[in-house]
Amino acid sequence: MSAILAAEAGDTTARNITIVLFLVFVAVTLAITVWASRQTKTATDFYAGGRAFSGFQNGMAIGGDYMSAASFLGIAGLIALYGYDGFLYSIGFLVAWLVALLLVAELLRNSGKYTMADVLAFRMRQRPVRTAASVSTVTVSIFYLIAQMVGAGALVALLLGIRPGTTFLGMDADAAKIATIILVGALMIVYVTVGGMKGTTYVQIVKAFLLMSGAAIMTVLVLAKFNFNLSSLLGAAADQSGKGEAFLEPGLRYGVEVAGNAKQTFYNKMDLLSLGIALVLGTAGLPHILIRFYTVPTARAARKSVLWAIGIIGTFYLFTLALGFGAAALVGGEAIRAQDAAGNTAAPQLAEALGIDFLGGDTGGAVMLAVIAAVAFATILAVVAGLTLASSSSIAHDFYANVIKKGQTSEGQEVKVARIAAFAIGAVSIVLALFAQKLNVAFLVALAFAVAASGNLPAILYSLFWKRFNTSGAVWAIYGGLLAAVVLVFFSPVVSGAPTSMFKNSDWQWFPLSNPGIISIPFGFLCGWIGTLLSKESDEQKYAELEVRSLTGAGAH
Amino acid sequence: MTTDAPAPASTSPERYVEVQRSDEFAGLRKALRGFVFPMTAAFFLWYALYVILSAYARGFMDTKVVGHINVALVFGLLQFVSTFLIAWYYSRFAGAKIDPTADKIRGELENGDKE
Repeated sequence: MSAILAAEAGDTTARNITIVLFLVFVAVTLAITVWASRQTKTATDFYAGGRAFSGFQNGMAIGGDYMSAASFLGIAGLIALYGYDGFLYSIGFLVAWLVALLLVAELLRNSGKYTMADVLAFRMRQRPVRTAASVSTVTVSIFYLIAQMVGAGALVALLLGIRPGTTFLGMDADAAKIATIILVGALMIVYVTVGGMKGTTYVQIVKAFLLMSGAAIMTVLVLAKFNFNLSSLLGAAADQSGKGEAFLEPGLRYGVEVAGNAKQTFYNKMDLLSLGIALVLGTAGLPHILIRFYTVPTARAARKSVLWAIGIIGTFYLFTLALGFGAAALVGGEAIRAQDAAGNTAAPQLAEALGIDFLGGDTGGAVMLAVIAAVAFATILAVVAGLTLASSSSIAHDFYANVIKKGQTSEGQEVKVARIAAFAIGAVSIVLALFAQKLNVAFLVALAFAVAASGNLPAILYSLFWKRFNTSGAVWAIYGGLLAAVVLVFFSPVVSGAPTSMFKNSDWQWFPLSNPGIISIPFGFLCGWIGTLLSKESDEQKYAELEVRSLTGAGAH
Repeated sequence: MTTDAPAPASTSPERYVEVQRSDEFAGLRKALRGFVFPMTAAFFLWYALYVILSAYARGFMDTKVVGHINVALVFGLLQFVSTFLIAWYYSRFAGAKIDPTADKIRGELENGDKE
């Protein structure tokens, strides 16, 4: 309770410090962006940061690109409210990196140039494959972008302490949300159009550093509170949660057992498996992650960057374990739900409680809250910049240069189109996020992973490892997986027919699972296989070139 | 293609086919696939086992190990440990068994073209 009272008292201080820190972050990153724009002369600079980053730098940037608000605020909140089940998410998000490390990163770096489609279209007919890859890249990125931007809007209202009835700079909660979405959108457009991949990468590195430092400090403070005894932290969290030991066990959020309803229990458990598969197979098909492998000079550096990323991301998810259970123990589920029903404010609220405890009273609490809130904004900004860059690269390099212009365009023209595309993607996401802000869009991140795993991953793996694979197979895999995932989710309870649905007053739901992966991923692989067999096209010479280049790095860009 | 690195054009398609059919390249492919395919199957099954147990073997997962630490938590942490170990082991393997051969073939391809 003291945390809540202090929250009211410290509100103004925290708000002011958050704004100052956020402005400092924006000023620093904009300065970096302007500096990066002076170093950006060629298309390789714009798309791939001149391929001049080191394995460690890129590992940090991958962390910055990957650890979204869903990872930081979302998982900490899930653990704080539902205990163990939040941890399931982090495990899937981490193990997924082995797919990228073992099967994708190095081969992609060796054989591609700027986008995912460079590898997919290597031995295929350019136009159909690049069009499909572009559609899928933009779809995945937009889903992800809307989730992040709506999240940003909701967070700013909560973190700046604007509740219905109060105002900030003369704005009420609704106006502040709209202003935040537009601000986040405008900043990401500036980062990408001005700074290109170089600017975006540095923004992500700075963010990764801030996020890791913030999470590390909070983790140490949480553990110190419990004399570095994990068991007593868990015990306190279980006691506070009111659910006892069940809080430390799987089953409160995913795969829930509904007494007397065997059918729903079955669906819930299938849903858990479905989510697990999509998480682990989605990462290596996310376009904004894949293009990061082009920012280093060699495949070996790409391998090093994934190794660093695994270390950084894995450590971060271990931190979130302490943050989530720490928030459950020190803030309590009731106080968290009072702020945000989904638990997204658990980490900032924990920061405040820790600040009050360790830094001396309300001011300390306000300072910690402000710091972590600013880190959360930085987190969102770095991720949306990466997404905008990935989709604008694909529109310019795949669709404009290779589909519309059939490869007959200048480098300068292509980069110009990429900048315009970034602006357009940013504008479209702002508009969509404004429309979606009152809807429950938390499922969009999981959907982005499902689409990436169902459409992009089969196409990438078949391309790299299956000699017989051809244009028809690639097009079938991408559209088949993409459509299966989107259609199933559209008819699932996350979109309609349930109290938590996006459209809760309508009901056209017939697919019982919230996560389509368990159907759509095998379906995507199957489509790729059938599509391949339906066409006689086969270019052994081009496959020889792809195979030799991807494995040895000969002729790599 | 709006390309800025002219390197690939210099090697003829026939050369790539020739290299692809060489014993040396077949050995490289076999070494790489012989590692990454079984390893992928292994970590995927290990992860699937974890998710399946979380869904269907709650009694087992809920067993206390020490204090408030139960099997589910230990199992989850072991996924972190296995991920770190596989990543480390792969980088060691690739450094010793893949990189030297890959470099050699690449060198032959690129020098061969200059002659």
